[in-house]
Amino acid sequence: MMRKTLTALAFSAFSVAAMAADAVAQTEKQATNWHAIIMFCIFVTMTMGITYWAASRTKSTADFYTAGGGITGFQNGLAIAGDYMSAATLLGLTAMVYTQGYDGYIYMLCFFAGWPIILFLMAERLRNLGKFTFSDITAYRLDQGKVRTMAAISSLTVVCFYLIAQMVGAGQLIKLLFGLEYNVAIFAVGILMMVYVTFGGMVATTWVQIIKACMLLSGGTLVMVLAMSQFNFSFTTLLEKATSVHKLGDKLMYPGSLLKDPVTAISLGLGLMFGTAGLPHILMRFFTVTDAKEARKSVLYASGFVAYFFNVIFLMGLCGILIVGQNPEFFEGGVVGGKLIGGGNMVAMHLSKAVGGNMLLGFLAAVAFATILAVVSGLALAGASAISHDIYARVIKKGTASEAAEIRVSKIATICLGFVAIILGILFEKQNIAFMVGLAFGVAAAANFPVLILSMYWRGLTTRGALFGGYGGLISAVLFVLFSKSVWVDVLGNPAPLFPYTQPALFAMPIAFLLAYIFSKTDSSVRASKEIEGFEDQYVRAQTGYGASSASNH
Amino acid sequence: MSSAMYERMRANPKFQDLVARRGRFAWTLAFIVLAMFYGFVMVVAFNPTALGQPVAEGSRWTVGVAVELFMFIFFWGLTALYVKRANTEFDALTQEIVKEAWKDQK
Repeated sequence: MMRKTLTALAFSAFSVAAMAADAVAQTEKQATNWHAIIMFCIFVTMTMGITYWAASRTKSTADFYTAGGGITGFQNGLAIAGDYMSAATLLGLTAMVYTQGYDGYIYMLCFFAGWPIILFLMAERLRNLGKFTFSDITAYRLDQGKVRTMAAISSLTVVCFYLIAQMVGAGQLIKLLFGLEYNVAIFAVGILMMVYVTFGGMVATTWVQIIKACMLLSGGTLVMVLAMSQFNFSFTTLLEKATSVHKLGDKLMYPGSLLKDPVTAISLGLGLMFGTAGLPHILMRFFTVTDAKEARKSVLYASGFVAYFFNVIFLMGLCGILIVGQNPEFFEGGVVGGKLIGGGNMVAMHLSKAVGGNMLLGFLAAVAFATILAVVSGLALAGASAISHDIYARVIKKGTASEAAEIRVSKIATICLGFVAIILGILFEKQNIAFMVGLAFGVAAAANFPVLILSMYWRGLTTRGALFGGYGGLISAVLFVLFSKSVWVDVLGNPAPLFPYTQPALFAMPIAFLLAYIFSKTDSSVRASKEIEGFEDQYVRAQTGYGASSASNH
Repeated sequence: MSSAMYERMRANPKFQDLVARRGRFAWTLAFIVLAMFYGFVMVVAFNPTALGQPVAEGSRWTVGVAVELFMFIFFWGLTALYVKRANTEFDALTQEIVKEAWKDQK
């Protein structure tokens, strides 16, 4: 059956390409990029082959959720980097450096600085305590039903916001790069993601992410090296020329308008740093390795790749100022300084065309598509595991569900999430979705992170405290974003925001911590004192890894 | 049964030693990262012009770029340092603790 489905899919991938040609002929939005489509088809064929292989190895729930725990630290490091660096990273941050200069570099440091903290304070405890989802840790000694429901709700909230951002971005991007219709692009992403996850589970998802990370790193590096060669690899020359032509002049290298007030700067720093430590699809990756040793190595490799790539992007953005920003070919109507063809986010793409021709443009476009697929697959798997492992197996069935039933539920959940992603992607096509990723990080930082870190570090946390902290953080983060300028004014069209700042973390995180503290402290029930006692054994296991779930033999 | 194992490990002075040493090391490194990162964010927020200055007279490198590049490399260096020590020294100690708890059971 599997073979048939895959064959059918391979055919439909080609018919999508054929349809694309028709679509372009009608709308003439962007010429069909055959280089990109061919390279992308190679990627899809390769990953489908892996999915086929992975499907034969995905039998137990451990295989499905965590690839049997047998991924090495290096592989997992690449996969984490692939999961973490989305198309928004490649395109959005290059564009940010292109227009704002140094501000983009500050953003990248914020995205990076969470990783060392995750390693020092969380990585080994996550691996030692967790099995499939991070709620395994928060619910370790607390009420399984209530705490898991809460963690699953906030995970799904994060996953949905992140999915909307990825899907809408994917549709727009693919429309531009491949010349596909928006809806065709959304369906292609949604369906490919469903195939990877339902058939191949974590094994396939991991390999999609690894391949994508290698493509992203090599593609980005190639563009950067070719671009830098025009400046004799001299950063000084590059800066000199960039500041002399950019409209910001010397201000290009000053922190600018993005972080104009201290509250926004600090709140953004908090949100990106601790949001990273609360993203369910990233946390889930810690359970795919054999032990705490490999978990630590994963972070070492992942943060190395992320740090390296951010610096590559910084150079790409600066080179773009000169190579793209001075070339009339890339502007609408040929007016330098006007609107870039395809919009502001296309800097990285234009740069690759300028330095490497259509071949490199096609490769980078394929990388961008692969990137979206990899991130979306990771998200779908995290969402599906929250539904099947937390809600179905632990809350509804109270641990009595068979493995086969649990896998079946997670596959159904993946397909449902795929359709939800497709529908949301179509609904939000015309919306301004710039706030979505910020919202996902905000909710992750305020709802997931506080309860998770308290459950690992504070013996006094009780079920009541965890519930108030988790729901409090979730609701306040969502409300702060809803009432901020980016939704209340820009989306809903009200004249003035009710909440003056765009970043919720600085306000929502203290609310979560405070609620968790107060409602734990005032909890004098018998169960609360049992839960506090339970911390002792949990603490020894967190420190030594004794009793931690180990890799299955496959 | 495993609760008894945990009890014996907790009673082992080596466990207290492991927890104290690793905890001190991890929190020191975390504190360095947090202090440098939020110190930097404060400078961005309150004194942005300082970051735009050249590192030396006539140089195109600005303080901001130099500081950030340093932080990328230094933070990654700290993760390497932690992984090296945790994967050798602390893991060896952990194995001893588990082994001794097993032995006591017999």
